[in-house]
Parts: sequence; structure tokens; C-alpha cells
Amino acid sequence: MLKKTSMISRRRVLAAGAAGAAVGAFGFPAILRAQPAAIKVGVLHPVTGALSYSGTQSRAGALIAIEEINAAGGIKALGGAKLEAVLADAQSRPDVGAAEVEKLNEAGVAAIVGPYASAIALATTQAAARHNLPHIVDVGTVDQVVTRGLTNTFRFSPGVSKIVQSGIDGLERINNAAGKPVRTVMLIHEESAFGTNTAKALNDELPKRGFEVLETIKHANPTRDFANIVLRVQARKPDLIVPSNYYNEYVLFTRALRQQRVQVKGIYSILGGGASSYKFVKEFPDAAAYVMDCNHWFDPRKAGALALKDKTEKAGLFFTYEVVLNYNAIMYLADALERGRSIAHDALNAALASSTWDKHVLPYGPTKFVNGQNTGAQPAITQVLDKDIKVIYPLEFASGNAVFPMPTPRG
Amino acid sequence: MLDPVILLPAAINGLTMGAVYALVALGLTLIYGVLHIINFAHGSLLMVGLYGAFFLYQAGGIDPYLSLVLLVPALFGLGYILQWGVIGRASHGSDQNVLLVTLGVSIVIENLALYFFTGDTRTIEAPYAFEMVDIAVARVPLPRLVAFGAALAIAALLWLLMAKTDLGRAIRAVAKERQGARLVGIDVDHIFAMSFGIGTACVGAAAALLLPMFYVSPHVGHVFVLVAFTVVVLGGMGSFIGALLGGLIIGVTESLGGLIFGETFGQLAIFLIFIAILLFRPTGFFGGRPS
Repeated sequence: MLKKTSMISRRRVLAAGAAGAAVGAFGFPAILRAQPAAIKVGVLHPVTGALSYSGTQSRAGALIAIEEINAAGGIKALGGAKLEAVLADAQSRPDVGAAEVEKLNEAGVAAIVGPYASAIALATTQAAARHNLPHIVDVGTVDQVVTRGLTNTFRFSPGVSKIVQSGIDGLERINNAAGKPVRTVMLIHEESAFGTNTAKALNDELPKRGFEVLETIKHANPTRDFANIVLRVQARKPDLIVPSNYYNEYVLFTRALRQQRVQVKGIYSILGGGASSYKFVKEFPDAAAYVMDCNHWFDPRKAGALALKDKTEKAGLFFTYEVVLNYNAIMYLADALERGRSIAHDALNAALASSTWDKHVLPYGPTKFVNGQNTGAQPAITQVLDKDIKVIYPLEFASGNAVFPMPTPRG
Repeated sequence: MLDPVILLPAAINGLTMGAVYALVALGLTLIYGVLHIINFAHGSLLMVGLYGAFFLYQAGGIDPYLSLVLLVPALFGLGYILQWGVIGRASHGSDQNVLLVTLGVSIVIENLALYFFTGDTRTIEAPYAFEMVDIAVARVPLPRLVAFGAALAIAALLWLLMAKTDLGRAIRAVAKERQGARLVGIDVDHIFAMSFGIGTACVGAAAALLLPMFYVSPHVGHVFVLVAFTVVVLGGMGSFIGALLGGLIIGVTESLGGLIFGETFGQLAIFLIFIAILLFRPTGFFGGRPS
């Protein structure tokens, strides 16, 4: 399943070939021969199977970064060596992800970036650790990814504990600033580790902050019909709904809420909601209006982030956090290669661990790695305002002012 | 949660969702029940129908309900060609081969969809998607009611086709005694392909009726196909009335089971029914009777 690519367009390949032929004809072959060998980078994602959409988005982000690095002259500290993506597909399965790590190691990659899902990341990081192969986890939010003492594993983005904590802190501040309109909450979560752990953390923490959790409803993946869950929401009349589910179920749930004209003071997701999906905002502008989300997001004040958004959209893709996090993961790797001046595993692991790289496009604090986790990483709270996604918290990264409680009726 | 104000709407929700299950199961019961073909590609063909309806709406502005006129014959043709050109030839008359071939066809179709359409989830917002109809104490989305009516109509049409037409008699003859049917001059291969085509056309109709209330992605078939198999087993293989009743029972069980015992239990209940039917009444409600 491995496939090599350097993400160079056909036209550019032809141009490079023509230039090479011209150089040869005029007697400067040494310039071509002096090019250092490309540095292979394993780009490992679930591009088939249930997670294929996120995997494809992740791969796109990594390849955009590699193309930019190569276009800017490659890794200068290593003689301008170009990055060469070795593509691998985890097929949405941890066991396949681990097997792909072995193949990538055989292929001689300097590092692996991926593999989006937490369950796959637990397997791939463990497999890479057997070879001391540097592994940058792009998303994989579950805490155990960086708490098992693996010295080859680095996560630039925040873990789930940090995200949930930030989500609850942000909700409390937004609610307090609005005069505490929300007192009662209903949690609607999917059944896997992501939804269940998030709901548990919310059930533990929300009562301490003065919120009453009226009911917690777990649903299966996939759920074909949310009508009954919405009936229960109507019966309970909560001030706030907190959904923690994947995109398909989120769409069906919010459509059912709108069909039944459910009015609440807020819809606030932690990881995976409509306010972190341009697709949702575009396709369901009325259902998306004023929803909020605490999730991975970019820093809207940084020109680099907006340029990446533009480039992604021009490629016909929605700009999602998977694109952003993988773009940054590759850039973080490139910085480590520049500083470490080596592709040897030990040297690269040391360079990644000591990174203070700050050229990213994320709303993070100073980069500092402790046990493989970037402690400066944090999520952003976003809200759909004027049919666009705005960052409303942390305030230093905000691009819009929170509208809370949401006006009724919406849309 | 046992308040009638919630229970009654939940039961009505279950009935309308059950009609959707029945819609998907009607084609399966024809193929699975009458021809004894375990069609693992059924979900993938539903996905093809959903993409068809989606692109007709997005690119051509054709309403999903209007697209029935195009999708039903198109899916019939696809089913006919699949059976005649691929499944029939590759299976060499062995049921085990048919199972593997339909599984293979399903994998190929899904991966082609993944290649051409990516893993992206697509939805449409039809103008009537949020229209509601008040029935007793329940507010039911209009597309659900349309699907409910269509499920009844399609079941009735299939019953008429099987009971009253020469084609139906030929299909039943082939199902009962293949060699005998051949001896009286029935083109068995053609009848197999026709049956598979009709079953696939039903999936096309189901897709057009489902799109206004659901999403489409390369894996969407999995969401419905296991439930459809349960419906077929519950109703009795080859019985259209059974598929309709089975769908409604599964829908109501899932809905009320989920409401009373928790949402995840609702889906578990479907498979508990599946096991119970296999253990205590393997022929289903209407199994063994003439279709």
C-alpha cells in the first residue's frame, strides 16, 4: 500500500526534466549529481474505510506542506534535500496501521506523520518505537498516546484532557460574561471512547461549575434516526445541548432538532461539531447559525493560516483541522531536520523533543515538549457567525465576539 | 420516558423509520428469497442509487422524487447486467460462489466510489426536507411520510407483479424448480437477471426516497444492509408483505427499545430479534408461503 510521491505537478516534472537535459547538454552535470538524496517521510493515514474522509484531508495537508518546503529549496541544513512523501494507508484499522509502520521503516523513512485516529495512533507509535523511528502524531487526541514513555512519539496538537478542560473553562467564562443564562445541560454523545470519555469528563466537571446535567444520552454509530433523542430533549427542556459525535450523526441530530423546532440557548460541542466544519456551515447555514465548538483550529490572525486556507480551497477541498494539523506536523518535522542536521533517528528524536518552533499557524502558546506533548497546544472555541466560522475564545486569538445565548428563532 | 406524550410519537417515528427499512429490504427479499442469492452487494447498490439521486439533484436540479423516473430503470439495467454479465457467470451455479462474488462486487463498487467521490459525506437540503406533518401528537417530517406511502405502494406493486404477471409466474417457477422451468421453455438466465434487476430497481427507488432525509457516502450501504437482512429473515424470505411488516416491527422495536432501555439498546434489539427468529421461527412470519 506504500506509494511514493513528491507532490510535484506533471508540468513541473516536465519543466525539471527539460532543465536537466539543458544542463547536461551545456556541460554542467555536476550540479545535478550534487543534489542530496531526498529525505523520505512516511505519510500514514486512514485514506480508506470508515475514516477515509479525515484521512484524505490529513494527507492533503501533509502534501501541501511538503510541496511548499520543496519549492522553498528543501532542507537547507542538509544541502537542500527535498522531502519525499511515502504514502501509506491504515485502512481505518489499528492493525493495518501498525503493519504499514513496518513497511515504512523498511522503505527507509526518516519519520512518520499521522495517523489521525487515536486508536490507530496507539498502535503505530508503539510499532515505530520498536525501531526508535520518530513519529509525529497529527491528531490522535487520546491521552495515552503520550503517556506510555515512548521517546519517539511527539504530538504538536493538544490531547483530549486539555481540550475538555479548555472547553469547560471557555463555556463557563462565556456563560458568566453573558450573565449566566445557561444553568441546565443535556449531553448527547456517541458510544465510542471519544464520546464516552468526553461525556464522563463533562459529567464530572460541569456540576462543579454550577451547571446541572439533566440527562446524558449515548447513541450508537451509526444512528439512523435522532427523532426519539430530540423527543427527550423537548421533554427535558435544557438550556444548553452538548453533542459529542461524529460528523454524520451530528448532521442528522441537528437536522432533527431543526425539524422539531427545538429552541435552546446554545449548542456547544467539544471536539467534532458544526462550528469546526465549513462544509456543515455551507450545506446547512440555518442549522449551523450560532452553534459553538471547542476543537482544533487555526489562528485566524496569521497570514500563513489564511494562505493555507486559500490553497486548500483552491484544491477543491474543505479547510478542516485535519489539513491544518498535518501541515503543521510536517513543518515541525522540517524545522527539526534543519536544527538537527541529521536524519538519524536519535538525532531527529532529540531535535523534535527540544523544539521551540513558533512558525506554526495555530492558536497555541510557546512550544515546549514534555514527554512528547507540546504543552503550548490548546484548542480554540469557535462559533458560526454570519455564515462563517469565527474564533471567540481564547480572546487573544479571537476573530469574532460570542453571541450567547443564541438568538431565537435561529436561521 | 413512559409518558404517552413521548411514547406515541416514538411509536410513530418507529413506524416511519421501519418503512424506510422495508423499502431497502423489498429488493433484498426478492433476490435473497426468490432466487436464493445472498446479495452482499445490496448495500453498495443502495449507495450507487443514493449517489445517482445526489448528482441528479446537484448537477441537474432534479428533485429526488422526480429522479425515481431515471433511477429505477437505470438501477434495473445495472442489476440486470451485473447478474447476467458478472454474478451469474462467475458463480458457476454454486451458492457459495454467488456469496463471494456479490461480496467482491460490493468491495469493488465501494472502492470505486471512494476513488471517484472520496470518503466525503454528502447531503442535500431539499425545500421540503423540514416540512412537518402533524399526526396525533407527533410531528413527522414530510419525507418520512412519503417514504412510508412509497413502501406500501412498492410492496403492493411487487406482489401484483409476482402474482398476476407472466414474468412473476416465471420467476416463481425458476425459484421453485429451475430445471423444470427450463424444460417448459423459460429462459432461466434471463429470469435470474430480470429478478436481480427488479431487486436492484427497488434499491434505486429506496435511494431516491431516502436521500431527502439521509446522507450519502461510500460506506452508507452498511448503515442499512444488516437491518435489511434482519427484516427479510423476520418477514420470511421472498415475502413482500413480510418485508413490509418486518420493517415496521423492527422500526418500532428499535424506537421504543431505544426510548425505554437506552438508545444503544434499540439497535441491539434488532439483532436480538434476528437471533430469536433464527432460533424459534427460521422461516419468518410469512416464510414458506407463495410469494
